[in-house]
Formats: sequence, structure tokens, C-alpha cells
Amino acid sequence: MHSLLSMKGIDKAFSSVPALRQAHLEVAPGEVHALIGQNGAGKSTMIKILTGVYRRDGGDVRFDDKPADISNPGQAQKSGIATIYQELNLVPLRSVTENVVMGYEPRRLGMLIDWRTAHRRTREILARFGIDIDVRAPLGSYSTAIRQLVAIARAVSLDAKLVIMDEPTSSLDDREVEVLFGVVRELKNSGVSVLYVSHFLDELFQICDRVTTMRDGQTVAVRSIAETSKLELIADMLGRNVEDIEAAGMTDLGGGEKQLGDVLLEADGIATGRRLFEFDLSVRRGEIVGLGGLLGSGRTEAGRALFGVDALTAGEIRLKGKRWAPTGPAGAIGDRIGMLTEDRKAEGIVPDMSVRENMTLALLPRLSRNGQIQTGRERQIVEEYIKALGIKTSNMDQPIRELSGGNQQKVLLARWLATEPELLILDEPTRGVDVGAKLEIQAIIRQYVDRGFGVVLISSEFEELVEGADRIVVLQDGHSVATLENPGITEDALVKAIAHHHTGEHA
Amino acid sequence: MPGSDAFDLRQFLRGDGRNAGVWIALAALILFGLARYENFGSAYNIVSFLNYNSMFIIISIGMCFVIMTGGIDLSVGSVAAFASVVAAYLSPYGIEVALPGGVLAGAAFGAINAFCIIAMRIPPFIATLATMLAAKGGALVISGAQTISVDWGSNFTKLGMEKAFNILPWTIVIVAIVAIVLWVVLEQTSLGRTVLAIGGSEDASNLMGLKVNRAKVFVYLLSGGCAGLAGVFLASGFGAGQPLEGIGWELSAIASVVVGGTLLTGGLGSVTATVAGALLLGLVFNILNFENGRGTISLSAYWQMVIRGGFLFVVILLQTRMNASRQKAG
Repeated sequence: MHSLLSMKGIDKAFSSVPALRQAHLEVAPGEVHALIGQNGAGKSTMIKILTGVYRRDGGDVRFDDKPADISNPGQAQKSGIATIYQELNLVPLRSVTENVVMGYEPRRLGMLIDWRTAHRRTREILARFGIDIDVRAPLGSYSTAIRQLVAIARAVSLDAKLVIMDEPTSSLDDREVEVLFGVVRELKNSGVSVLYVSHFLDELFQICDRVTTMRDGQTVAVRSIAETSKLELIADMLGRNVEDIEAAGMTDLGGGEKQLGDVLLEADGIATGRRLFEFDLSVRRGEIVGLGGLLGSGRTEAGRALFGVDALTAGEIRLKGKRWAPTGPAGAIGDRIGMLTEDRKAEGIVPDMSVRENMTLALLPRLSRNGQIQTGRERQIVEEYIKALGIKTSNMDQPIRELSGGNQQKVLLARWLATEPELLILDEPTRGVDVGAKLEIQAIIRQYVDRGFGVVLISSEFEELVEGADRIVVLQDGHSVATLENPGITEDALVKAIAHHHTGEHA
Repeated sequence: MPGSDAFDLRQFLRGDGRNAGVWIALAALILFGLARYENFGSAYNIVSFLNYNSMFIIISIGMCFVIMTGGIDLSVGSVAAFASVVAAYLSPYGIEVALPGGVLAGAAFGAINAFCIIAMRIPPFIATLATMLAAKGGALVISGAQTISVDWGSNFTKLGMEKAFNILPWTIVIVAIVAIVLWVVLEQTSLGRTVLAIGGSEDASNLMGLKVNRAKVFVYLLSGGCAGLAGVFLASGFGAGQPLEGIGWELSAIASVVVGGTLLTGGLGSVTATVAGALLLGLVFNILNFENGRGTISLSAYWQMVIRGGFLFVVILLQTRMNASRQKAG
């Protein structure tokens, strides 16, 4: 078959640890090709070699019928390879147009930037994707979804032949995902190939043609999407048999007899200034209570209110039967409440600090005597959690930014578990985490509640809520509108609960 | 210190591992000086060099803490000048009064900075720029724009001359103590780790319940207090409160901090490497003085500054290169 991109026998080692071993990848013209694998399987390394961020140790890369020897990202762009990163590399304070044409501005009289043409061209490209926005407004005034589409528009305007999308949907809601898929199909129709990296397997079936699976630095399978199943892909990624996985079940939160204890926390009609208007909740010991709803329904805001980040404007919270006035994260932690935040990069990790330092930050008050950290005890605790949670790190002093997403998330989870909170609020604990780590994290959460603690689980994945939560409180426009009880909740029932109230409210 | 942990010299010197460049450059310069100039290694040169540079070292350490939180303190130079005048006025009461007085005067400006930055949410750059002007004006007002001679009869001027325990001048001893205490604070206490966490990610620090505001108040008070102490050294060493001194000190301090591998965006830093950075900057002048003394060349003070700038550039280049290769290897 004729290929647009062909990478063969790629080897790459980092300080003599092999990251890629004879890996290969082929993308046909006009094809949407998925690249999947667990964190650390070698996907990113493969892409970074393709885009010139890393140099390969061995192997051949051909692009567009020419041997491609790309040594830096700029060169990749010139040869027609555009990458849409998870952390978008755009300039939020400048206009949409500027972001699209930057570096390639249309000129007048050889010098002056022809803004009229620039705006028109930008509008045309966005219109192709069915987006109509004010291109003069600063990019930062738009949602992540729009920003992502602008990044794609930039790639298209530069005549990219291959667009690489790295986890493009991880911060989009359902409608935005649909728009993105529309754009991907539009790219495909105009003959542009897309290399699509995602942890959400369901998506692949909607838009991809073929899928390459990597594991431990090797290419383990290349399949046509039409002839494969989700289970088969998971089996490829994990290197196990389909039958074994079917027996084990897909999500590990559920299972075990529930023995619920006293009521730990009750919220009664609480509201904050941030999109939370009337929210009721009760959590008992040994219980995982899910918060379901669409993006913007107030799920995260509810968590922030319970953790004391946003001040209450109405309602009351009772903790272990006593009225409790939130005073902020420090106060909440003092009263043994913890919260794992949704935005791991901005609100979770401290990138330059080591795994050890990141893990013990919330624990410092208890680790210090007269302000001095007891480093011996610190190392001991960190050692324990690294072992217990199976965190893959070369040593505890490795900077956390060098870890994969799943392992970073485990460190953050350990950070909270180490403070031994009675109530743990988890906002999207498995987002952007690969299948294997996800199962492990879910198992850790279940073990934790089984010790008589409570968890509030916020998730945009219906499957995770349905299978993991003992109860699901459904939110909509900042109100808690329904409660579903497990066992017995199905994804359908949850979707209906969310949708029903949606139509009901606005009818 | 917790008994279970042996003192790790490598960690002590290396800090976060980013600042090998400054130690190499410092060692190279010292070796160069020792090889080329007869009196370079003399006790007299070493002591007078450290004595003179103690002001800059102390300011740089304070600055280092501010920068590690992701902030900046532009006011240190004028605050030192202000404190030198205060200390000169207080000198008749002796060092026991003048020294704390000068430090407190500096810390007072630090408190104003902290208030503006934390309570009023003014960006550090702007807030400390304002106090820089205010302290400069204040120093001129209280001194009547004159240098204020210290009381030579009191023990105030002995700070820079008399030797503690007959070994080293008091200034050097004080700087060493402050540096060691702050090194311990940074490396061993939760306050120090909070300072670094704030620079790394202030949002995350808040959500972890760290005492972010308390740590920020601390760094600005510390920086002000250090500037105050530098002012005391200034008045004591030169025999007068000098309202017009301190111009550009903040930039030298920032340079020392940066040469020491501390990120201007915060989150990473080292007290020891900052001290090394300050020594390095001072040493360039010291060596140029020796070179002038040999009579082979004659460089004006202006040219010395140009050379120091160039040298700074080279060291930072070296530093960045080494970090880049380190990251690739990792």
C-alpha cells in the first residue's frame, strides 16, 4: 500500500534504557490513524522522533515519498507535519487571526501585514469547520475546544499533510468532541491524514480507519478499526488474552459487599458564587458517592465548595453531625478532608519538585517538628506509598514532571492518602491515564473506602460512575436534581437522568 | 537535624543540580587568581574581599528567597541606603541598638512590600518598584540629602574591623551565620519547602492547604531585613550613612541569584549557589583590581563593569548549556 508516512525499525534509547525497539508506524494518505498504548509504551517518543524533537538511534522514516530527516519541529512543520499538543502552544492574549497566521502573515507592499486578508483567510478556514467566531478577539477569551480548533486551523493554513493530535478530546465536553470529529472528517475528506493519539477507545471507533498499538516500545498490532473490538485493543495494550480481561471485568471500582457506616458529611442546599446554586449531598463511611452531569453542570464547583476553596453563599454543611463552616483548603485538611483536583498540571503537581517532595507537601504540618522536616520519616512514608501504589519512578528524588501522566496521578493520590483524610474528594482521578493505571487507581480508591472512609467521585466518564459509585448525585446547572442508587444503575439510566432534567428544566 | 540523615555534601553544594556552572566558574577564577597574583591568596586580600562583599551576599540571599516564590524585590538597594542612614543616626547608642535598628528599618519596608503584594494583590515588580522609590526618597528626607557620619566613639564601626574570636571580622561571621540558618530553613523546614512549592505552582500550593501567605510574608520580610543588615554593614564599613548608595544593588543581587541557578520563575533555588554567585561577581572586580595593580593594563571602573557583564553572560551560558545537556541525558 502506498503510504504518506512510513516509520520502520525505529530504535531509541535514553541513557541506555531502550524506549523504542524496532517500532514501526504507517499512515496512508487521507487516513485517520489511531496510535494507542499505555503510558510509557512509546507513543510520545515515536511522535517526538517524527517531529524532530528527538533524534532516532536507528531505523528509517519516509514522509511524502521522500526520506525524511527531520531534526527540529520547525522543519517538521515545513515538510507538512503539524502537531496539535495537549498543552496548546498558542498565544492566548493575541487574536485568533494572529494565532493562525503568526510567522506567515500575508503582506502588503512587502512589509506591512495585510490584516484584512489575514482575518478573511482565518474566517474561511474556521468556516470550513463550521465555526463562526470573532477572529479579532483574543484567543484566550474562547474555550479550550475553540483554541484547539484554532490550532488545527493554523496547521491547515500551513498546508499540513499530516496532523498529529495528542489527546485532543481530554478537555472537551460531548458537544465539543462532536465539533472536533467534524473537523477531523473534513480534514480526511480534503486528503489530509490524521495521526490520532487517545486514551478514549470509544472515540477511535467513531473516526479512525486503522489503529496501531504499542507496548513496551514495540509496535504490537496494526488493525483495521472495522474489524476489531474494544476488548481486542485493550488486550493488545495490556499484552493479555481477550478472555482473561473479559473475566476480570472492565472497571475495578465496584465489587464487594457494602457495609456503610455513619453519615460523614452532609451538605444542605449549598451555593457558591461559582455556578453552584443549590446542592444537596450526604456521604457515609465506606461509601463512594459519584457526582454526574455534563461539563459545566457544577460538578467541580460542588467539590470546591466542600473543600472550602469557594466560600458558601447559602446552605450549610455538617461534618460528622456537627455544623461545619469551611474556611479554605488548610482548614478542610485540618478537619481531614482532602481533594484531588481536576487540573493535574495547573493545580496538582509542582513540576520541578521531586516525587518525594510532591507527595509530602500536604503532609508537611504533620511531618515537621518545630518547623523542621523529619526527613527520615518522610522518606519512609514515600517509600511505602511508592510500593503500595506501584508508582513507576527511577527513585523518589526524580522530578515529577519526568513521570508519565498515570504515575503523576498516583503520586497526587498518594499525597492525599498519606494525610489520611476521612473524606476524599476526587475530581476526575483517572483522566488522561492509561487503562492499566486506571484500574490500579480505581482499586486503590475502593480499598480506601473499605477502611471506613468516604469518597466523593467526580467524573465525566459515565462508565466510571455507574460501575464505581454506590450512589450518583446528578447535577445540572448548579442544582442537584436526582440521586441514583447502586446496584441497578445503568449507563442508560444515568444518561436519561441527566438528559431528562435537561429537557425538563428548559421546557 | 534529624539524626537519621547524614549530611550530604554533594546535595549541599549542588542544590538542585542546576548550578554546577557557578561552582566551576568560581573555582576557575580562584585558581586563575592564585596562579597569577602573588598576594591573591593572602589573608589580607581574602578577608577584605569577604568583608566588602558581605553586603552583596546578604542581599542576594534575601533576594533568592523572594525569587524562589516567583516574586522579585527591586527595593533592596534603596532600602539598604535608608537603613544605613538609620543605623548611622543610631550609632551613638552602640552596635547593640544600631544593628537591630537598621535591620528593623529594612524589615519595615519588607512589611510594606508584603502588604501591597499579598493583601492588595499588586504584582511584586510594581509594588517593590514603588517602595524602591519611597525608600530612596525617605533616605534623602531623613538625612537631608547628606551623608550622615557615624559616631566614631561608639563600638558601631568595629563591626567591620574587630575580629570575632580573633579570627574573622564580625560582618563575615554574621553573614556566615545568616547563610547557614537560611540554608537550613530552605532545605530542612516546611517553610522552605512551601517557598519552593509556591514558586512551582501557587494554585497547587493553595489547594494543598500550604500556608502560602505566611511564606510570602516571610520572604519579603526576610529580603527587607537582609537589605537592612546590608545597610548596617555599609554605614559601619564606610563610617557614614549613605542615602545615595545602593543604586543597582538589586540588579547585582538578581544576577547573583540567577548565576546561582535559581529560576527567575521560581520553584528552584539554592542558598549556597546564590552565595557562590555573589562571590563570583565580586571576584571579577577583585581580579581586575589585581590586574590593574600589575600595571600591564589599566581599566577604568566603567570598563570593569563591561567586563563583569561579559563574564556574567559567559557563566549563564555555561549554566544553561550544562542544564540542557543534563536534561537530554535524563
